Amino acid sequence: MKLSALQQSYMNRRSTSFRGSAPLDSSAESAIKSPAAIFWLLLHGVCCLISLVLGFRFSRLVFLFLFSTSTSNLYSTPFRQLTSTADLANSLNVPSNPVVNPELPALNKTLSSRVIVGRHGIRIRPWPHPNPTEVMRAHQIIERVQREQRIQFGVKSPRTVIAVTPTYVRTFQMLHLTGVMHSLMLVPYDVVWIVVEAGGVSNETASIIAKSGVKTIHVEFNQRMPNSWERRHKLEAKMRLRALRVVREQKLDGIVMFADDSNMHSMDLFDEIQNVKWFGAVSIGILAHSGGADESSLATVEEVEKRPSMPIQGPACNASNKLAGWHTFNSLPYKGKNAIYIDDRATVLPQKLEWAGFVVNSRLLWKGAEDKPDWIKDLDSVGEDIESPLSLLKDTSIVEPLGSCGRQVLLWWLRVEARSDSKFPPGWIIDPPLEITVPSKRTPWPDVPPELPSTEKAVINIPEHTVKQTKTRSSRSKPRGKRKHEAKVVDTQISTRHSGQN
Amino acid sequence: MEIWKWVFVGILCYAAFASTVGAVKLGRSQPTERISGSAGDVLEDDPVGRLKVFVYELPSKYNKKILQKDPRCLTHMFAAEIFMHRFLLSSPVRTLNPEEADWFYTPVYTTCDLTPNGLPLPFKSPRMMRSAIQLISSNWPYWNRTEGADHFFVVPHDFGACFHYLEEKAIERGILHLLQRATLVQTFGQRNHVCLKEGAITVPPYAPPQKMQAHLIPGKTPRSIFVYFRGLFYDVGNDPEGGYYARGARAAVWENFKDNPLFDISTEHPTTYYEDMQRAVFCLCPLGWAPWSPRLVEAVIFGCIPVIIADDIVLPFADAIPWEEIGVFVDEKDVPNLDTILTSIPPEVILRKQRLLANPSMKQAMLFPQPAQPGDAFHQVLNGLARKLPHDKSIYLKPGEKILNWTAGPVGDLKPW
Repeated sequence: MKLSALQQSYMNRRSTSFRGSAPLDSSAESAIKSPAAIFWLLLHGVCCLISLVLGFRFSRLVFLFLFSTSTSNLYSTPFRQLTSTADLANSLNVPSNPVVNPELPALNKTLSSRVIVGRHGIRIRPWPHPNPTEVMRAHQIIERVQREQRIQFGVKSPRTVIAVTPTYVRTFQMLHLTGVMHSLMLVPYDVVWIVVEAGGVSNETASIIAKSGVKTIHVEFNQRMPNSWERRHKLEAKMRLRALRVVREQKLDGIVMFADDSNMHSMDLFDEIQNVKWFGAVSIGILAHSGGADESSLATVEEVEKRPSMPIQGPACNASNKLAGWHTFNSLPYKGKNAIYIDDRATVLPQKLEWAGFVVNSRLLWKGAEDKPDWIKDLDSVGEDIESPLSLLKDTSIVEPLGSCGRQVLLWWLRVEARSDSKFPPGWIIDPPLEITVPSKRTPWPDVPPELPSTEKAVINIPEHTVKQTKTRSSRSKPRGKRKHEAKVVDTQISTRHSGQN
Repeated sequence: MEIWKWVFVGILCYAAFASTVGAVKLGRSQPTERISGSAGDVLEDDPVGRLKVFVYELPSKYNKKILQKDPRCLTHMFAAEIFMHRFLLSSPVRTLNPEEADWFYTPVYTTCDLTPNGLPLPFKSPRMMRSAIQLISSNWPYWNRTEGADHFFVVPHDFGACFHYLEEKAIERGILHLLQRATLVQTFGQRNHVCLKEGAITVPPYAPPQKMQAHLIPGKTPRSIFVYFRGLFYDVGNDPEGGYYARGARAAVWENFKDNPLFDISTEHPTTYYEDMQRAVFCLCPLGWAPWSPRLVEAVIFGCIPVIIADDIVLPFADAIPWEEIGVFVDEKDVPNLDTILTSIPPEVILRKQRLLANPSMKQAMLFPQPAQPGDAFHQVLNGLARKLPHDKSIYLKPGEKILNWTAGPVGDLKPW
């Protein structure tokens, strides 16, 4: 019968490509020459020609309408037609395939299962795209699974993380503080965030940290942040001591870590510091970059070759994984070329050992705790001018190196600040809205921006209008100190264009 | 007396309450859970002492020579037949005295004739099997005693003892006639199918244990992929239009979910395949040309809940392992709703499945480690054989009685090998 013949040829083709050898047991009954077979072959040819003309396999449509069973098949076949125009070469088998489906129960005489061998439709639902409710539910499932994983494999009794951040109001404060805030918001443990602000408590800082959702303690420090890096480091040390006093007063229980507002913390850091017993140290990667100044003056070729990787500050271990010393920052290559003032465009250098690389069990700071070890000095007995928390210790050998003995870099130190005279809109809200909208010179669209329904500003369509408006406005805009720096630049651009057009 | 009665009742109630609460709490906080299938809590049974197996000494042309010709047979997914032989040779259940044996094993490697690509050709396998059976029936009396009812054979190929890779041809051939009384140990399992006979033991396909152990990642790595699958959706070489391969189920998965961010599915071959499975909650195990696949083994080892899309499939050791509680079964017709099905599973059920998967005896039961370890797939096969004992008296034929027809089957099979 034609079916078996065609199937045989299909099988042969498949088996030769599949196995690479002719099937030895091909038991082909050759009854191809019956008139029914010839009729089907002719029908084949006609269908193929029609498909070639139409551009898709219309035979599927024919058989679909003759034999369609379910609505899902209805959607699958047009879909398949769209993508399989390239298969016209195989169109010899085309009409046989839809025929196979309804005829197949006859082939499988011995089968009594509901599973039928042969070609099936590809079921595609009418809207094969994600459903948002289900996506939400899947994320809840994932969250629950991960929580269970944390319970099983994570820290058994997690302690509160007490993060100490000295900050002050400046242009990049929002940038840095948001970074730290988001890191703390992701921490899967309880967090208490002590923000010490130089220059007194301000609304700027308060509004930023209020969005964090973690428990915050906003401490004021009544000295303004100085303009030189050295004095800034000293003041920050004093601010951190102030925060430690708060920990002592409020008897906060947990692990104190120093999250400077421009540092970048990895989430593994918060997992690793849970392992600290009393006093631990982690490795910091130092990103000491030059603020866009010429690299060539900073390093000769040999020096660059000598320093291929990022400098690391942190504990150094000997072969038996015991603390043997410290990796500190080598500031010799930068001698004379480092930044002195905050807005210098030279490299900002860290201190020998940054505070951020140390974590302290808060019980060490409490007054009169019974099980306090004797190598910790009392907070009051230490002066105000300590460089690193190591000064709190009488014996530095008890420091626990964390992060597989300092081999893992868990946070990165970076100092980036804007110029001290840079201005920014308070709260980063531009209020009142900008008055001038200017079509950009480089937009691909023709400069016809749509009419915007606004009361006070004039939406400018035609360049001449623009010029006229700005001429009147520029005289008024100058006294407004709140305008962004950009506005002034824009004004000058407009005026030059106008002069060009004239 | 009244008071004492009430006190007693009160104590009973409290005890019941406390014990149920305790049991629930215990179930919650333990990372694994005991597995007990329909045959009971049998995964950790020790078959030693419960059965005796006699291994026929066949000439090496049936086993060693074939392996020498192509050592790839040791690493492909049909390697179970070779490793089973090696295990039995050195196992304590082996007996050298056939009179006391409960089961007889014939070591013939029928799935070791490989193409250059590494795929086994089953065309000579029926003749090889026939020739082996002729040998054992003429050299030992034990085959003729029962016509094979206390013999078992390992046939791990696509459709088991039907010895063909195409399903229609396999169904046409049916199980080799001479094996119809023997117990078959095979990877193929599908209900109401010609190639799965009553009493067969389904085993998992071979997956290299060391390779998988080498890719384990720390357990605390959070599982962030919802559904994971790597493999073909369309077999372009053999079924270009789709609909034939996997009965259209894999193609349906692709067409419905290719732009769904929850489904990490593609045809790539990443080097981090094993690591990715350990970061996924669900792993799809759809059928291919045959319903079984090594993905099931990989999913179990890596703790990823298997989503089995194969109608009527019979999974390995189905009487010892309660697969319904461990995996998710989806009918092929329900594939377009796969995302609805998976997201509507309650989280407690998912956590329970993960606990069952974390059971080390579950993972051991899916592996064929070298050398054999307690609880592994070899031992599960022996346990399965031991559960069939003692043999019914009716399998022993009366003298002169013959059931098997030695000339049945396609003519091509009767040629000597």
